[in-house]
Amino acid sequence: MAERLLDIKDLHISFDVYGGTLKVLNGVNLFMYEGEKVGLVGETGCGKTTTAKSILKILPVPPARIPKGEIFFKRQDVLKMVPKEIQRIRAQGISMIFQDPTAALNPVFTIGDQLMEAIKYSSIQDGLSRREIRKLAIQTLQDVALPDPERILENYPIQLSGGMRQRICIAMALATESQLLIADEPTTSLDVTIQDQVLRLLGVLVKEKETSTILITHSLGIVREWTQRVYVMYAGGMVETARTAELFESPLHPYTQGLMKAVPKLTGEGIAEGISGRIPDYLNPPEGCRFNPRCPHVMPVCKKERPPFFNARDDHQVACFLFKE
Amino acid sequence: MGKTKTADLSRRWEKVKKSWYKFSKNPLSIIGATIILIIVCLAIFAPFAAPYPEHAGSFVNFDEASMPPNLKHPFGTDVFGRDIMSRIFFGFRFSITMGVVVITLAAPVGITLGLIAGYMKGTWVDTVIMRLTDIFVAVPPLVLALAVCSILTPSVFNAMMAVTLMWWPWYCRMVYGIASSIKNEFFVQAAEVTGAGKLHIIFREILPNCYGPIFTKISLDMGWVILIGSALSFVGLGAQPPTPDLGTMVADGGKYMPDQWWIAIFPAIAIMFIVFGFNILGDGIRDMLEVEEV
Amino acid sequence: MRFLKFFARRLLHSIFVLLGLSVLVFLIARVMPGDPARMALGPRVPEEIVEKYREDLHLNKPIYVQYYYWLIGAIRGDFGMSLFTKRNVADDIREFFPATLELILFTGIVMSTFGIMLGVIAARYANKWPDNVVRVISYMGVCTPAFVFAILFLLLFGYILNLLPTIGRLSPWLDRPPVVTGFITIDSLIAGNLVAFFDGLKHLIMPGLALALGPMAQEARITRSSMTENLQRDFIALERSQAIPERRIMTKYLMRISIIPTVSVLGLDFASQLGWAFLVELIFNWPGLSRYGINVMMRKDLNAIVAVIMVIGLLFLIVNIIVDIVVAGLDPRIRLGAERSK
Repeated sequence: MAERLLDIKDLHISFDVYGGTLKVLNGVNLFMYEGEKVGLVGETGCGKTTTAKSILKILPVPPARIPKGEIFFKRQDVLKMVPKEIQRIRAQGISMIFQDPTAALNPVFTIGDQLMEAIKYSSIQDGLSRREIRKLAIQTLQDVALPDPERILENYPIQLSGGMRQRICIAMALATESQLLIADEPTTSLDVTIQDQVLRLLGVLVKEKETSTILITHSLGIVREWTQRVYVMYAGGMVETARTAELFESPLHPYTQGLMKAVPKLTGEGIAEGISGRIPDYLNPPEGCRFNPRCPHVMPVCKKERPPFFNARDDHQVACFLFKE
Repeated sequence: MGKTKTADLSRRWEKVKKSWYKFSKNPLSIIGATIILIIVCLAIFAPFAAPYPEHAGSFVNFDEASMPPNLKHPFGTDVFGRDIMSRIFFGFRFSITMGVVVITLAAPVGITLGLIAGYMKGTWVDTVIMRLTDIFVAVPPLVLALAVCSILTPSVFNAMMAVTLMWWPWYCRMVYGIASSIKNEFFVQAAEVTGAGKLHIIFREILPNCYGPIFTKISLDMGWVILIGSALSFVGLGAQPPTPDLGTMVADGGKYMPDQWWIAIFPAIAIMFIVFGFNILGDGIRDMLEVEEV
Repeated sequence: MRFLKFFARRLLHSIFVLLGLSVLVFLIARVMPGDPARMALGPRVPEEIVEKYREDLHLNKPIYVQYYYWLIGAIRGDFGMSLFTKRNVADDIREFFPATLELILFTGIVMSTFGIMLGVIAARYANKWPDNVVRVISYMGVCTPAFVFAILFLLLFGYILNLLPTIGRLSPWLDRPPVVTGFITIDSLIAGNLVAFFDGLKHLIMPGLALALGPMAQEARITRSSMTENLQRDFIALERSQAIPERRIMTKYLMRISIIPTVSVLGLDFASQLGWAFLVELIFNWPGLSRYGINVMMRKDLNAIVAVIMVIGLLFLIVNIIVDIVVAGLDPRIRLGAERSK
């Protein structure tokens, strides 16, 4: 049995806010093997970014709290690591691309400063000289198809377009040759025309460097094209997971089915339906399955217990009492 | 038509209730509001609240002069035998009045000019108004107030006029910033296209977007105006003796430092409290209305 | 190149504002009721002399002519005679300005360094006790007028504890070091006179602190909120995920961007200090421009009033330009504008 690169077990995360506690993650389970391209799909606010950030331990921990759960990276629990070990993981193990490249780049430092700094601290090779770092920086900029890399090094983020900024973020993430890449909605804030370009570039690079990737998105279309396996997330928990093709062929969880129906077809037939109801209030989430207020197949047990993953089919799991056997 | 109006009103009321809920959750804001409420009440009801209301004017009783704080006079008495606490309560009247008058005059003028200049950004109207504003803010506010006050005869009224004169530009500037940035927003353009008059656009479309910062600023400003007013009276350019004004009292008391410290210290603390109260209140209002740093 | 254009525009704007200010003050000064010439010379002087004085001051001519004469003089550096000191206003200013400048600079250094330091401490220990302490202190500091601090210090350090001198710039038994800059501290260092240096410093502490505490509190608050806000931003999270040492992130990447709002406010706070200095100089009998200003204002000494306001306005303008340049230096978004924003 191949070793799991990443294994998140029963992760609970809550945030202390003014009016109480937001119980955001309610027992998240996710795993992946080396070399996979896994998708994490869900609507805005379901906890995808929180999950991602917790893997790298870059959640602001005073307002955030992790009362329960384990995150195993290469069989070591990230949550129990000491700072030195975490730094090593961040340097060579995992890297991340953030959703909004404008917010992810420090506006008062040049691209060169930030990129070279990232290389300096994250690179596999220790003790690189400044010139070598600069050469590497230029190389990575070329890898993401940015023209005139020397000039870009001297630029500030404000002087570049959104697409360029995201490419730079991709460059920074891949420059360090990490084993796991977490791409949090890398194309959401970009123009539609650029989205495709960037995704394709990402695909090529990931393949070249054999990086295992988690692609977080709210777009089913992107997931379908880009990933091999998918997790569907709702309100702080995974509701379904399967191989991508399988999921799109037969979505089993009521939420997933609702999602599929909500996407208008290119062929123009039928009417896209929304899912009635709203995402729960994290201050007072519903008991049991968090989807139960909106579920067309709700049963009494759904309101009392939280459904674990049930094996519905081969390599296809659903967190729903409908599939209890 | 009537239906939309009631729906509109009930929605507004919901907003108000929500804002109030948020405000009341913040303990500091409640403290600020309480402090201000107490001070305003003391000011209004000074003749009844003060233990020795007659001490507020010219009153002399050398038997009880210069007494340190005791049971009969909790804040002590000054060299004329006047009860300091009573005088402070009456002093609140001047402070609050000054704040109210100055802001009531300065804010509308400044806001209107700022709206006009912001909406007509790029035209000569804008240039003229903003250059005028620039001239007024070229010197520190206190300096200009001192100069104007000193040139006119010192009195409470003149002090108020002087402070008003140098206060309006700050409202103008703030509103100008907001107005000029939203004048290109779609809802404004929509109004223009449907033929709405300039006055309508300025007061019905743009102005409501400024309410948050304006109210925050007004609350914070009350404190500052009172501070400046007390500074003016401190140098003798505001209220004249024997009128009890907090600034004058501090100045008078300064002469008798350090022995009869209470004559100056209690009015000074009173000033601090007023400003403190308005500051916290203003912060609370800002949080409640979710305004960015004003 | 853009920078020069920006600078030139600012300069032009400033000149315009100064001129406008002079017109404004001039108008206010001349509009007041009463007869300045008579007031200057006193009631016992015969009318002919008063009339001659009026002629000299062009008081009988229309106001724009009066302004014209004033402007010509001002450009040459001649602001007329002071009725108060009976000598050239320009000389008065030359004598008193350095004292105020020294005080203001001292205040400025104290308020910016300690203000930022306190803000950093508060942000570092956000929501723990150091933060709460700093917050409460800042609140009190912001709400207390400088003259109240002045009086409290006078009482505490001057009289009760008898630690610090209460009057003037230098103890009366010491000789003033030869004037090079007009700053007692610098001049005494230049002359190698350490006794005078420390004495001058001792005199600076109370008035300087009284003026500095308010803005210091303000700077601390702004720095703190700016830092805590920026800590939530994605670029900090990204830097952490790149294994950059936390310490480096705090001192380099967080600092530079968080300081920008603080520096921007420094200019305004500096201005308010110039105002409060009027009272503080009075309380400490500090022989500076502000004390001179109050005196001439009380005596309706028009030439001097106008000159003092112009000097203060000029100082404020220069400080603002410096602050703008520093902020533009720190923040590329400002100096490069939105060239290609997306």
